[in-house]
Amino acid sequence: MTDESALAPRTRALQLFDGLVTDTSLRRFLEGIPGVDAVGLEQRAAALGTRSIKTTSKAAAIDTIISMIDLTTLEGADTPGKVRSLVAKALVPDAGDAACPQPAAVCVYGDMVATAVDALGAAHGQISVAAVATAFPSGRASLRVKLADTADAVAAGADEIDMVIDRGAFLSGQYAQVFDEIVAVKRACRREDGTSAHLKVILETGELNTYDNVRRASWLAILAGADFIKTSTGKVSPAATLPVTLLMLEVVRDWFRLTGERIGVKPAGGIRTSKDAIKFLVTVAETCGEDWLTPELFRFGASSLLNDVLLQRQKLATGHYSGPDYVTID
Amino acid sequence: MSFLEYAPAPESTAILNLKDEYGLFIGGEFVEGSGTAFSTISPADERAIATVQTADASDVDRAVGAARQAYERVWSKMSGADRGKYLFRIARLVQERARELAVAESLDNGKPIKESRDVDVPLVAAWFFYYAGWADKLDYAGLGPNPQSLGVAGQVIPWNFPLLMLSWKIAPALAAGNTVVLKPAETTPLTALLFAEIVQQAGLPAGVVNIITGAGSTGEALVQHPDVNKVAFTGSTGVGHAIAKSVAGTGKKLTLELGGKAANIVFDDAPIDQAIEGIVNGIFFNQGHVCCAGSRLLVQESIHDDVIERLKSRLSTLRLGDPLDKNTDIGAINSAEQLERIRTLTEAGEAEGAERWTAPCELPSQGYWFAPTIFTGVSTSHRIAREEIFGPVLSVLTFRTPAEAIAKANNTPYGLSAGIWSDKGSRILAVADKLRAGVIWANTFNRFDPASPFGGYKESGYGREGGRHGLGAYLAPAGAPAAISEKKTRTRTTRTATKENRK
Repeated sequence: MTDESALAPRTRALQLFDGLVTDTSLRRFLEGIPGVDAVGLEQRAAALGTRSIKTTSKAAAIDTIISMIDLTTLEGADTPGKVRSLVAKALVPDAGDAACPQPAAVCVYGDMVATAVDALGAAHGQISVAAVATAFPSGRASLRVKLADTADAVAAGADEIDMVIDRGAFLSGQYAQVFDEIVAVKRACRREDGTSAHLKVILETGELNTYDNVRRASWLAILAGADFIKTSTGKVSPAATLPVTLLMLEVVRDWFRLTGERIGVKPAGGIRTSKDAIKFLVTVAETCGEDWLTPELFRFGASSLLNDVLLQRQKLATGHYSGPDYVTID
Repeated sequence: MSFLEYAPAPESTAILNLKDEYGLFIGGEFVEGSGTAFSTISPADERAIATVQTADASDVDRAVGAARQAYERVWSKMSGADRGKYLFRIARLVQERARELAVAESLDNGKPIKESRDVDVPLVAAWFFYYAGWADKLDYAGLGPNPQSLGVAGQVIPWNFPLLMLSWKIAPALAAGNTVVLKPAETTPLTALLFAEIVQQAGLPAGVVNIITGAGSTGEALVQHPDVNKVAFTGSTGVGHAIAKSVAGTGKKLTLELGGKAANIVFDDAPIDQAIEGIVNGIFFNQGHVCCAGSRLLVQESIHDDVIERLKSRLSTLRLGDPLDKNTDIGAINSAEQLERIRTLTEAGEAEGAERWTAPCELPSQGYWFAPTIFTGVSTSHRIAREEIFGPVLSVLTFRTPAEAIAKANNTPYGLSAGIWSDKGSRILAVADKLRAGVIWANTFNRFDPASPFGGYKESGYGREGGRHGLGAYLAPAGAPAAISEKKTRTRTTRTATKENRK
C-alpha cells in the first residue's frame, strides 16, 4: 500500500472531527454511538450459535476455517526450534492429505520473526508472518519502545503487526492518546519501499468490561487506521467470545456502509473446537455477508483449533473419527 | 457454492411414533367420536398426518361428565401436595419426550423446529413445573386462606402455540384443583393428543384431563355445556365476543385471551442492532402467528431510514422453508384460510397506499407460505395498522415525540402487548406507565415466563394467565358462591367457622 490516504489516521476521522482529534471530540463521537443491549446481543449470538452446519456446508466451512487460522505460539518459553516446528505444521497441516489448505499466517513474538521468515522460505507470502508488538500483551511501555518494537518486527520481515491498545488510557477516557498511539504504530508499520505491514489492533475486550466499551474501542481503532480489529491477546480471560465478535463485526459492517471500506476482524484466544469456529463463520456470514469469509477479512488467532478442525476434516473424508495421534503436534 | 445456502439439516421424524388414527381422550382412554372424523395435515406440504375424531354434543357431554366425576370423586379431595406430584411428573415427562413433541408440533403447525425445540416445548415444561409448585401453596395465591377450586373447566385453545397454550390452560387449572375438558384447534390437534398419552403415562386419575377434538361447533358445545364452571378461551376476538355472550348470566367464570395489534416503539437512542433483532423477533417469530406480535412498528422519525435499511438487510438473511430443517427461521402459514386472510390484508395495504417490501426468498411450491413483508408509509387509518393480520407482515409508522408515540400506540381497540426500545431507563418507565397494554417489554420482545402474568386490555380480552394471577382464574375465595350446591354449603360453613375464630 503506497497510497497516502491508506495511512492513518483515516481521512474520514479527520473529516468527522474537523481535523482536530481530541479527547473531547472523540468522546462526543464515541459516546454518541447507539448503546449495546447486553441481553439482546448475547441472545443474538446464541441464536447464531444454533445454526446446524452439516455435510457439504461443513466441509466447506472446515476448509475456510483452516485458511483463516493465524497459527500461534506466544509463550515466554518459545524457542527457534518451537517456531520452526510451528512453521512446518503450517506448511503441512495434515501429513496424510496434500489437498489440505494451509493456514493464513503464523503468529509469533517479534524476536522470532526472522526465524519464522527463514523457516517459511519460498512459502513466505503464501503464508504470512504476523508479529505481536507494542509491549504485548500488557502494552505497558513507553511509546518509543512500542514503536521500536513494531519497527523491529517489520524490519525482520513481519507482514502483519498485532498491536495492543493502551487499555489503561482507554478506560480512563484518554481516547486521543489511544488514537494517536495507533496512528503512530501504523506509521511504524511502513517499510522502506513505501509498503506497509498490515495492522491488527487488539482491543483486549476481556479488560474493557462492557459491550459499550468494546463498540467504542472498535470505532476508535478503525478511525485511527486499523486494518483489522482483534478481540484479545489470549492472555486475559474471557478472550474471544461470540457476542464480542458479533459486536465487532457489526461495527465493521456499519463502517463499510458508511465508507465502503472493508475492515477485518480477528477473534483470538479460547476458540478450540471446530464446532465453535463454525459458529463464528456463521456469525460473520450472517452479519457482514459472505464477502467477509476470506483470510483477508477474518482470522482466527488459535493454536489448538487447527488439530481439532483437522480431525473433523478427516472424519468427513473417511466417515469415522480417528484420534489425537492421527494429527501432528507442532 | 455459497456458504449461506446451508446444506439441509432436517430434524429426523424417526422419533415420532404416531398412530394413523386418534380417538377422543375421555375418562383416561381414547374413545371413538360420534362426529365426522377429519385429517390433520402438515401445512408445509399439505400431506395428511393422522385422522382425528370430531366430538359432537353427546361426546362433549360424556367428556364433561367424566371431568365432573373425576372432580368430585378424586381431584377435589386430593391434597395440594399430591396434585403437585402429578404435575411435576407431567413436567418431567414433557422434558423426556421434548424432541418428539417438538417434531410433532412443527409437523402439525408448520412452525420452525428451532422454535418448537427451543421455545415452545421448554416453556411447556416450565409451565407445568411452575404450577406444580403452586398446588400446595394456594393459601398464598392472594385470595385469602383456603381458596376453592371451581369445578370443571372447559378450555378452547388456538393453533398458533398448540402445546404451549394447552399448558397455559391445563397447568393452573389442575394445580388449583379443577378438572378439565380441553379442545385443541381443528388444524393442530396432534400435540394435544400426544399430551393425552403423557397424561396416561403419568398415571393421572381418569377424567382429570379430557381432550376432545373437532371444529368450532365442538368448542361451542363445550363452552355452552351447563355443567362447565369455568371457560377459558384463547383465540380470535370474534369468537371471544360470541363466547362472552353465551356465557353471560350463567355463573360460569370466564377468561379470554384474544387478538392484538401491538406497538413496538423504537426511540432514537435505542440500542439499534438489538432493536432490529427485537423487531424481527416481534413480528416474524412463529410467522407472526402470535397474538402479542409487535405488528405495528412505531419508529422515531429521525432514525426511520436507518432502521428500515437495517431491517431489510436483516430480513434478507431469514431462511424460509421446511419447518423441520434446523436452520429454518420462517416456517409455513398454518392453514389455507389464514394465508388467504394475510393476502387479503396485504393487498388492502397496497391499495390504501402503503409501500410494500418483501424479503427476497423462494417459496416452496406445495403448502402455505408467505414471505416476510414490511409496509412503510403506513397511516393509523390503514387497515393494516388497525386489523390483526396474524402473519409475517409488519406495518411501519413514525412518530416525533414520546407523546405522539404513546397516542399512536394506544390508538387501537386492542391492548395485549407493547414494546419499548430506548437506552434511557427513565423514558422506558415513563412511557410504559402510559401504554394501555397487558404486557410491556422493554428492550426485548416476545419473552415469556410462567411467573409473569399475561393478558389484555379492551378487545384483547380479560383475565390473566401465568404467575400467581393466573391461579386467580381457577380459584374462588373461600366462601364465594361456588359452582356446586353441595360444595357451597360446605365452604359457607368453613367461612363462618373462620369468622368466629377470628372474633
